[in-house]
Amino acid sequence: MLRIPALPPLSRRDALLGLAAASLCGPARAAEETISFDGLYKSFGVLGFQFSDRVTALRGQSVRMLGYMAPPLKPESHFFVLTREPLAICPFCQSDADWPVDIVVVFMRNETAMVSAGRKVAVSGRLEIGSATDAETGFVSQIRIVDAGFTLA
Amino acid sequence: MQAQRLLMMTVAATLAAAAPAMAQTIYPINRAEILEGSRFDFKVEFPDAPASADVNVTINGKPAAEVFGKVTTFLQNEEGQKHSALWLRGASLPAGSYTVEASQGADRKATVKWEVFATAEPRRAKNVILFIGDGMSVANRTAARILSKGLVEGRYNGELAMDDMSNMALISTSGTDSVVTDSANAAHAYTTGHKSCVNALGVYCARNALTLDHPKVETIAELVKRRTGMAVGVVTNSEIEDATPASMVAHTRRRSDYNDIVKMFFEVKPDVIMGGGSPNFLAKTTPGSKRTDGEDFIAKFKEAGYTLATTKTEMNAALAGGSTKLLGLYNTGNIDGAFDLRLAKKGTIAKFPDQPDVVEQTKAAIDMLKGNPEGFLLMVESARIDKYSHSLDWERSVFDTIMLDNAVKAAKDFAGERNDTLIIVVADHAHPISIIGTYDDELPGQQLRDKLGVYQDSKVPNYGPVDAEGYPTKVDTSRRLAVVYGSYPDTCDTGRPYLEGERVPAVKGPDGKTNIANEKDCTGPLAARKPGNLPFDANNGVHAADDVVLTAMGPGAEKFRGHKPNTYVFRVMAESLALGGK
Repeated sequence: MLRIPALPPLSRRDALLGLAAASLCGPARAAEETISFDGLYKSFGVLGFQFSDRVTALRGQSVRMLGYMAPPLKPESHFFVLTREPLAICPFCQSDADWPVDIVVVFMRNETAMVSAGRKVAVSGRLEIGSATDAETGFVSQIRIVDAGFTLA
Repeated sequence: MQAQRLLMMTVAATLAAAAPAMAQTIYPINRAEILEGSRFDFKVEFPDAPASADVNVTINGKPAAEVFGKVTTFLQNEEGQKHSALWLRGASLPAGSYTVEASQGADRKATVKWEVFATAEPRRAKNVILFIGDGMSVANRTAARILSKGLVEGRYNGELAMDDMSNMALISTSGTDSVVTDSANAAHAYTTGHKSCVNALGVYCARNALTLDHPKVETIAELVKRRTGMAVGVVTNSEIEDATPASMVAHTRRRSDYNDIVKMFFEVKPDVIMGGGSPNFLAKTTPGSKRTDGEDFIAKFKEAGYTLATTKTEMNAALAGGSTKLLGLYNTGNIDGAFDLRLAKKGTIAKFPDQPDVVEQTKAAIDMLKGNPEGFLLMVESARIDKYSHSLDWERSVFDTIMLDNAVKAAKDFAGERNDTLIIVVADHAHPISIIGTYDDELPGQQLRDKLGVYQDSKVPNYGPVDAEGYPTKVDTSRRLAVVYGSYPDTCDTGRPYLEGERVPAVKGPDGKTNIANEKDCTGPLAARKPGNLPFDANNGVHAADDVVLTAMGPGAEKFRGHKPNTYVFRVMAESLALGGK
């Protein structure tokens, strides 16, 4: 898991800034395919999971995905965690809280102000799958949307 | 009385006067009770980073190294911090009373006393089974009895297996740092006999920067593995890395070090390991892994002779096949509780349709361990009694209390007339939970509180008939227990069971910090909105410092009486198994 110190959660002002920034992120590109949390895996078990054939086929392609922004690590960041359900807790901030297994990590085109935790967002970007470790934070992910932007959904 | 008060005031004044010059800190701390021959890390921290020549540490007046028979290490400016440290990792002592003095310069001195206790031969118990109802409070037992046994004219129609035991004690659970403790520190007291601080497992909370560097104390599973030929089992329905099961093997200042805790399970190698939490066993290259390294602990355990089970069917097959070493991982997260397994079918039942419950796990564990001629030590935790009380979902919490009771019954059936098995049932800490009456839909009025029958109106609930395992088959009936929690965030009470999934009492507010009521529960006809009484960043209920009830039977159980600190549970287990010795 992540080993970086917790940062103070977003202030209301940061959240408002985030909203303003989010609306500037632009409309979705036309060619992209929409994927959903329900369609990510074809098997999901104790010993790991397998990505669905569709997700495997979309590797490297432009995709759009709806989900909830997890409480962000800091007000401005190059990545955030997209979850199936809104997280009431902040695994970054709480020592005994843990991420759900089926998260998608979103790496932004630019360092971006985040919206408030628990907001539903639509993410557009290029789909990456396979284990990767973020050099800056050590955060390990299995599925990512990179070069991404998001809008409020 | 007056004299005593004056004396106390004098002591307080002295302490206050001494406060500005920080004292040395000695680990183990004052009044530690240490099992003879058990291993512990001895550490003294000296403020202001003195040099070795400026400090002196004695035990019963002799140099520490001489008493331990081992060389101590001195680190000036430990880790670049503003203190110096004297260390001896892996110390142990023969039985006796010890006074440890650490002095620094001419006028700064700290003193602690330890009692190192022996255990009498011959060993009295062949087996010890420690049941932990995580967060199980008195109201959990009462509600479980009402739901499971029935109440008629003020008398129950039966006893819980956990209540029908020869001995009982009140156990207090506070830690070194706080009145109200958590499950890590609380379980640590049971498995090591030492008091520690919130979030800590198998360590004292010193000034070390890294979570794994703090002064360690040996766990009962390590002791049993090192000194006896006994088998060890750890069974839970939480993630196996969670605080209570981890307390059998772990040494970390931070309970969330799940990946390290998996490694510690592998180092200690309990013979039977069952729970949820598989992602921390998978190499990071496997989709679904939560590890940050490439170590594949599924493969490692298999190489070490363990049978792997990922479902109830596989668990039973392993048992039928004669396995005596089992790694059972039945869920990526926590195993679903009895309420969802039996009634609501929510949670992760759809994803993991073949999970064993705590009772089935307990029976399988006992069957695998009982063949060991040297006996066994088994910890069984019903973990979600606590987790559901955190989410103020009392029906789920009480169903898991009934499940624990069924597991206790299985252990009692095994112990039978053997008189060689000590069974202990205890909570690790309490929740502020109480039964205040019944909600009766027939009562007049439009609000939830109109429906609350108290005193003479608290009629016995009309839950559906109880099944063969003691669970009511219907809970969403017209007259239900009114169970309340004393701590809560902003939330809405519905007065009904949460059939659509575990209750979520509060969600993050728009500021991303404050938690606000979960509006899903605020729209029903009787929904009662109530402002929280907890700090604004709390999103669920918290633990209580209330004492918990311990019941016990078998050799050694007679020692449980009156009120005891939680560390005493370790002492009774160690004495019954005669784990002491130089």
